[in-house]
Amino acid sequence: MTTPSFIDVRNLSIGYTSRAGETVKVLRDVSLTINRGESVGLVGESGSGKSTLALAALGYFKRGLRVLDGQIHFDGIDMLDLGRDDIQKIRGGRLALIPQNSGQSLTPTLRIGQQVAEALRLHSELEADEFDHRVVELLTQVRLPDPAALISRYPHELSGGQQQRVAIAMALAGQPDALLLDEPTTGLDVTTQAHILELLRDLASDRNMAMLYVSHDLGAIARVCDRVVVMYAGEIVLQGSARQVLKSPRHPYAHGLLASIPRLSQQSLPVALDGRPPMPGEMINGCAFADRCGIADSTCTASPPPLVPIDTGEHVRCFHPGKISQLPRASKTAARKKPSASGKPDAALVMDDLSITYAKPDFLASLLTSRKDPPATVEGINITIVKGETLGLVGESGSGKSTILKSIAGLISPKTGSIALEGQSPLTAKVEDRPAVNLRQIQLIFQNPDDSLNPRHTVAQILAQPLRLYFRLSGDDLRQRSIELLEKVRLGSHYLERLPSQLSGGEKQRIAVARAFAAEPEIVLCDEVTSALDVSVQAAVLNLLNELKTQQQTTYIFVSHDLAVVKAISDRIAVLYQGRLCEIGPVDAVYKPPFHPYTDVLLGAVLEPDPEKAPKLSADDVVELSPPAQGCPFQRRCPKKIGTICETDTPPAQQMGGGHVINCHIPADDL
Amino acid sequence: MLMMLIRRIMLGIVTVSLVSLIIFAGVEILPGDACTQYLGEYQADDELLAQCRKDLDLNRPALERFQEWAGGAVTGDLGTAVDGKTKISTIVGDRLKNSLLLAFCAMIVGVPLALLLGVITGLWRDRKPDLIASTLAIFAMTIPEFVSATLLILIFSIWLGWLPGIVLTSASAPASEFFPEILLPVIVLSLVMCAHIMRMVRSSVIEVMESDYVQMATLKGVPYWRMVFSHALPNALLPAINVVALTIAWLLGGVVVIEVVFNYPGLGRLMIDSISDRDLPVVQSIALIVASIYVCVNLAADLLTMLANPKLRTIYTRK
Repeated sequence: MTTPSFIDVRNLSIGYTSRAGETVKVLRDVSLTINRGESVGLVGESGSGKSTLALAALGYFKRGLRVLDGQIHFDGIDMLDLGRDDIQKIRGGRLALIPQNSGQSLTPTLRIGQQVAEALRLHSELEADEFDHRVVELLTQVRLPDPAALISRYPHELSGGQQQRVAIAMALAGQPDALLLDEPTTGLDVTTQAHILELLRDLASDRNMAMLYVSHDLGAIARVCDRVVVMYAGEIVLQGSARQVLKSPRHPYAHGLLASIPRLSQQSLPVALDGRPPMPGEMINGCAFADRCGIADSTCTASPPPLVPIDTGEHVRCFHPGKISQLPRASKTAARKKPSASGKPDAALVMDDLSITYAKPDFLASLLTSRKDPPATVEGINITIVKGETLGLVGESGSGKSTILKSIAGLISPKTGSIALEGQSPLTAKVEDRPAVNLRQIQLIFQNPDDSLNPRHTVAQILAQPLRLYFRLSGDDLRQRSIELLEKVRLGSHYLERLPSQLSGGEKQRIAVARAFAAEPEIVLCDEVTSALDVSVQAAVLNLLNELKTQQQTTYIFVSHDLAVVKAISDRIAVLYQGRLCEIGPVDAVYKPPFHPYTDVLLGAVLEPDPEKAPKLSADDVVELSPPAQGCPFQRRCPKKIGTICETDTPPAQQMGGGHVINCHIPADDL
Repeated sequence: MLMMLIRRIMLGIVTVSLVSLIIFAGVEILPGDACTQYLGEYQADDELLAQCRKDLDLNRPALERFQEWAGGAVTGDLGTAVDGKTKISTIVGDRLKNSLLLAFCAMIVGVPLALLLGVITGLWRDRKPDLIASTLAIFAMTIPEFVSATLLILIFSIWLGWLPGIVLTSASAPASEFFPEILLPVIVLSLVMCAHIMRMVRSSVIEVMESDYVQMATLKGVPYWRMVFSHALPNALLPAINVVALTIAWLLGGVVVIEVVFNYPGLGRLMIDSISDRDLPVVQSIALIVASIYVCVNLAADLLTMLANPKLRTIYTRK
């Protein structure tokens, strides 16, 4: 055996024993090496085994999992043959993990300072009285504001980005030689993500650390990694330099993944990668990807392809790496844009001076204190949505985009202003007071289908609810209509008897879409409907939504924090900050200069799966808890702030033509 | 924080008032009154009955009597029992002291044991210690108290003769004289409450041990027991506070069966006796005391949870 690399995983197979007593493999014969100072990206859909592999590098296995075969070395140390004390020395010391969801990975009952100091106590030579000083140093190093005050805070008092930075500081406390990052920026806002990635890049190069970066986000991988490893169904299917893999992927799965990412530079919808990966333990005779592959032939299903080097330097597990170019790069079906109607188009929904607040009048509090009402969460929204149009609402978390949707759905009453459907008097504020016809007209699709589908109802029961309620269908009619709906979302009638737990994430979201369309709605509110899904599945859902829109003339309000997704599906975009409108206009106008300074900041932070493109970070990623009482909502973070006028006066609405409006004090020519 | 406290206390007062009103109404609605009970077979004599009612002041409208009594209760004067002589505060006071003694002893034994067992079964889930303790807990919860009480009397006082099987001390005796008679009732009560608390703590420990932050602590290199004590248990034991509080309230007001089996002179038995005597003032007083205990203990538990849980604490202290 040759001398192992810095991090060296060899022929690793990990599995568990199923209820039936069979051994099910989660990782199959995986080999991976990382050298000092090198950063490697590990990519794949959920369930591909990428997190299992990263944790295995720490000698850690989730309950039930065990090593079936293979070795794991870290700097020559056999991680599978270490005593508890020795492995505790390495974990969090020389080899540190930065977890996926820092909000849940920090202990809620311990202060930030205590948690970072604990890492110092375990993994540094420092004396106890030096801890405080060093903790502040570490928190400063990860660019947290006011570190001295943060020490005594609890995790829940920090924003998502700040929690992630604390987790990084905790990892750095042990002076690590290698970092394992498990989806460290998933769930963060674009701007925050871009800042965290820059921080990680800087840290890695300063300290010459090895990094294993696990993510399904190829944009993030492109920014941080030198080398990329693509996993599928527990196997490595492609590895090579980041440039090669991301620019010209030589495996059909990697190609499909890349094509399914919506990009700012693209006009059309991304190509969906159909099908789903095999479940662990499923019998596969040939290539695991064959049934989803556009270039598979009989050789692919006959025997499994080996991982072999090819002329351009990558290692590929495919019989036909040369045929990749036959696969489509972009979807031919561009999103159906609303035909520019001559004359005055029909309004589907009118929001008139809408303001919403969560602050409830508190009689007791108002008697005993003299606190004033905080500024409303959402204020002064005037938007008319045209029939058959898709309006995208974008902004960071806290921008009020979901609040507006909830208000349209009747879940929160507006403070002032009104919402009216096409030619009708304003809607009743509360959903329980609305007539059935209004309820039918407005349907909502939620972010996470796991939470929005009743786990004890079969698909048939889920679809029957709106059909019974709005159309009084029963018996054969009901069944017939349910099947039609399933076909509409490209699922067959055999799904009727399944429970949500028997469906994949994408299938669940399709059911949620089918349920919304069962009501034959006029307006469908989509709240981050693709954020919880894998990119490949996301593309499929976007395509489905677009198709349904073409068929049914539905109007969408599409909320997302992902600017590329919104661009792919929307006709018009509204950019929100702190519940105030910054910019609104047709997609092409909003995504082209002149920009509102906030739009500019957002677009600059978008990461493309291209190692040569760097994000443009023009504003910091501070999280503001409440909007300013007056002036421009973006005044505190704006990189182009011109003076006190921004703090005192509400920015004027500058008409740019074609319905494009920018709310800013800076003259449009200078934006 | 202060606002929340004021609100909770006000809510508590409303609850207690409503309870006393309902109890008052309930006893009024029951057929018969203290006089029919007192006179027994002589109640057929209308004159005697009228005289008795006049003496006991039962002729005035119910609302008026309630007002008078409630007014007294607020100032700490619980009035006299229906015979017009005995001070309620003396009767109830002794019994309250006895109930407190019993509850206190049961808690001292039961709560630490329950927490310990809960943590052990949670950490060693599905292994021997867990299986044994969990099975026993199910037994302790499902066997009715009077059955387990009778069994224990049979074993410890009749067969082995170690402990007295029945309490003979009078209600007004000082606390020290209840030993060792109190031991058997304490054991029975501890068993039942221990089982409830243990099962709750167990599931809470299991949940926390599966959490991301416990995994993170392990991957940070924190040794196992240090991780258990500094990361897992503070979070796992938070929900136990409320369950313990409920159990305490139950111990103080609702252990009639045990009091009857062991002839223990506590509040529960006094309540039952007073109801059958139609001794309205005593019933009301006990109901009021028990309701106040429930309200206070729950308030205390909520406050404690709030102090122990940073998430709740910081809502009120920082903005």
